[in-house]
Amino acid sequence: MSLHPVITALRRHKAGVALIVLQIALTLAIVCNAIFLIHQRIQRVNRPTGAIEEELVRISQTWFGAPTGDGAAAIEKLDAMQRTDLATLRALPDVQDVAASTSMPLQGMIYSGNLSLNPQQAGINVMAAYYYGGERLRPTLGVRLIAGRDFTADEILHHGISSDVASPVVIVSKPVADKLFPRGGALGKTIYQDGKPATIVGIIERLQTPTTQAWGSTWAYNSVLEPVRLDGASASYAVRARPGREQAVMREARKALLAVNPLRVMPESWGIQSLSQIRAKVYRADQAMALLMGTICVILLGVTAAGIVGLTSFWVGQRHKQIGVRRALGARKADIVRYFQVENLLVAGGGVVLGVALAALLNVWLMAHYAMPRLPPGYVVVGALALLVLGQLAVWVPARRASCVPPVVATRAA
Amino acid sequence: MFGYYLNLALRSLRRNRVLTALMVLALGLGIGACITTLTVLKLLSGDPIPQKSERLFHPEIDPLPAQGYVPGQSKPPWGGLMPYIDAMNLLHAGKAERQAVMALTQAKVEPQHLGQKPFFSDGVMTTAAFFQMFDVPFEYGSGWSERDGESRARVVVIADFLNDKLYAGRNSVGETIRINDHDYRIVGVLKPWSPQPRFYAVGLGGRSYGNGDAVYLPLQSARADAMDPQNVSCWEAADIKHLETSPCVFVYVWVELGSAADAAAYKTYLSNYVQQQIALGRFHRPEVALPDVMRFMRDMQVVPDDVRLQAGLAFGFLLICVVNTVGLLLAKCLRRSREIGVRRALGATRRTIFAQFMVESALIGLAGGVLGLIFAELGLWAIRQQPAQYAALARLDLAMFAFTFVVAVLASLLAGVLPAWRACMLVPAPQLKGN
Repeated sequence: MSLHPVITALRRHKAGVALIVLQIALTLAIVCNAIFLIHQRIQRVNRPTGAIEEELVRISQTWFGAPTGDGAAAIEKLDAMQRTDLATLRALPDVQDVAASTSMPLQGMIYSGNLSLNPQQAGINVMAAYYYGGERLRPTLGVRLIAGRDFTADEILHHGISSDVASPVVIVSKPVADKLFPRGGALGKTIYQDGKPATIVGIIERLQTPTTQAWGSTWAYNSVLEPVRLDGASASYAVRARPGREQAVMREARKALLAVNPLRVMPESWGIQSLSQIRAKVYRADQAMALLMGTICVILLGVTAAGIVGLTSFWVGQRHKQIGVRRALGARKADIVRYFQVENLLVAGGGVVLGVALAALLNVWLMAHYAMPRLPPGYVVVGALALLVLGQLAVWVPARRASCVPPVVATRAA
Repeated sequence: MFGYYLNLALRSLRRNRVLTALMVLALGLGIGACITTLTVLKLLSGDPIPQKSERLFHPEIDPLPAQGYVPGQSKPPWGGLMPYIDAMNLLHAGKAERQAVMALTQAKVEPQHLGQKPFFSDGVMTTAAFFQMFDVPFEYGSGWSERDGESRARVVVIADFLNDKLYAGRNSVGETIRINDHDYRIVGVLKPWSPQPRFYAVGLGGRSYGNGDAVYLPLQSARADAMDPQNVSCWEAADIKHLETSPCVFVYVWVELGSAADAAAYKTYLSNYVQQQIALGRFHRPEVALPDVMRFMRDMQVVPDDVRLQAGLAFGFLLICVVNTVGLLLAKCLRRSREIGVRRALGATRRTIFAQFMVESALIGLAGGVLGLIFAELGLWAIRQQPAQYAALARLDLAMFAFTFVVAVLASLLAGVLPAWRACMLVPAPQLKGN
């Protein structure tokens, strides 16, 4: 069927056509970028931490009346209190494993530092998070060891946070090992943590850093396990519960720890929490953002479809007589419907072409101002197809109504 | 005449119920989304201290070593924190009208009454001029003097909610409160004060929105009692038990300057100070900055990117709804070309036709505004359920309420211009010729 009559007819309604084209173009641009953003957020929220999340509980508590000062006696007393706590927790029936641990993935409290291949910190520098903990930290978190060994009990040091002592052995995560030794063979090599030497005795597959903030996103999986029990007025523990028993462990742990030493503070909201709770808290804003954008996209598509239906109905009404004439000249109902569908395809096609350009422009602007990555062309193609299909569906009802115009209309004056 | 237009408009809207409902719904949704996101944006980026924000400045220097320095591009990554020595130098030099040094800390408060367990609360370690500089209102008592601070007196100013919690709201000046295992004497109780956002806490590790800090302690006394600041960054291996002399930053300096000329003069002084330190070999980078409160909040990116993206999306949505409304209004107007032709033939001028269609658009705008208000309240309710820091403050105030209607009517008037123009441009004769 020739396009000439379609185009001629459209040229007589330039304003209306321009409006639909503009509406489709804007919708395509916004929906494509919004869906891309949603996908980015969902990917971010679903990032694995590398730890066994369903079974982990973090206990964060502070003793009041604890020995203060940095003297050796105070440190020994604090360490004894920590070891008592660890023993108490390990004795609980639902607990699978316990370790002293200053941090946990996603939790937010992060110690970090710089790793290099020489003490002057020249050349390759890698930012990493330090997980200070006992020898059971890796098995408690459930992180996979892919090379080397765990720490042994006698390698575990204990000191206060301000101590100068550096641990001679470390376990690093694979991204750290690959960055420092791109050609492999990191195991057994000596690296420098903030200028102090340490030997890599083990490599773990994946452990996310405790922070999810934007400034840590480029090194989100750079972690180092340090064989150090940090002693201070506060101490934190990682507890791995038996499958399905985290809630029970959280209750029992609070009771047991307060029974051993009631002079401690474990705030209700963040003293004892499961890693699932921490994850839900940390990513709630991202999920809300994704939900909001998704809702707006759906509404936007609805509004565009309604606009197409409205305008097309109007055009059908305007061309009542023409349709009658065509039917009188022998056009079938299907021909009339096809006419309107072709017309809609042309208009929507024009809108989609303009929309692709607008989507690219919007993406460039977002890349510059909001550090968004480049929009993959797949999104634009799918979006364009979706809008074309949406346009066709929207025009179907008015087109059916148009095809029902009887040929006798051609013989009437009005 | 206006009553007649109104009458015609109402009739016409009633005749095309579906179309009218569609336009009002689309407009209402667009406006609801816009007002919701704008309210949140205004809340987050509003001026926390409007009476003084152009007179409060935040000196910034760069104490990092020469390694890795690119002139004009390098900036310290910790947003304006200062080493203790330089902060105290600026404080004692006294080149501004007022100046204060501050850091945040977690204060462990032990109530003296039996049966109340100790708890942690947000605290500010600062110097004497803090209260006058930020116009902090006192209910009872007052702040401490510079001499108290220098002599490490154990005094404290507490917030109203802490006073309510511990002393049932009475005048507790002179009482003793145990903070971090030391006894502090209360010298002042504040009236409710919490600037949103807490611009002096941004980047110090504090929450930006909330009820404010609970205790205000003299910096020197608190540090002498080993209270740790919440945000410490060290650029070399450091002894964190002696932060004051280590290569670390952990305090902010805020100054009050009377005018722009004073600000320029202070910036020159700051530059000279840094040059002096470079000559002494302590500093290696000459860049200084002196942003005021609003500029500082922009630099610290207090408004999260997400909030701005949401506002942008809402405006895009409103734009599409307006385009939609234009199209539908156009369709509606042209469908009535016969009626317009008759009216024109009977003597209506182009202006009256235009005015009548604009009144119709305005009516749709009003209806859309009412619906938009309902959607905005719903949207803000949804935001209040979120666990964000600012969630409880997301409310529609009177200004935004009025703004909603202004936006709605403006949007619909804008949408109505093209259809009204096309309608009034119709030539009457062809319309009357039976077709």
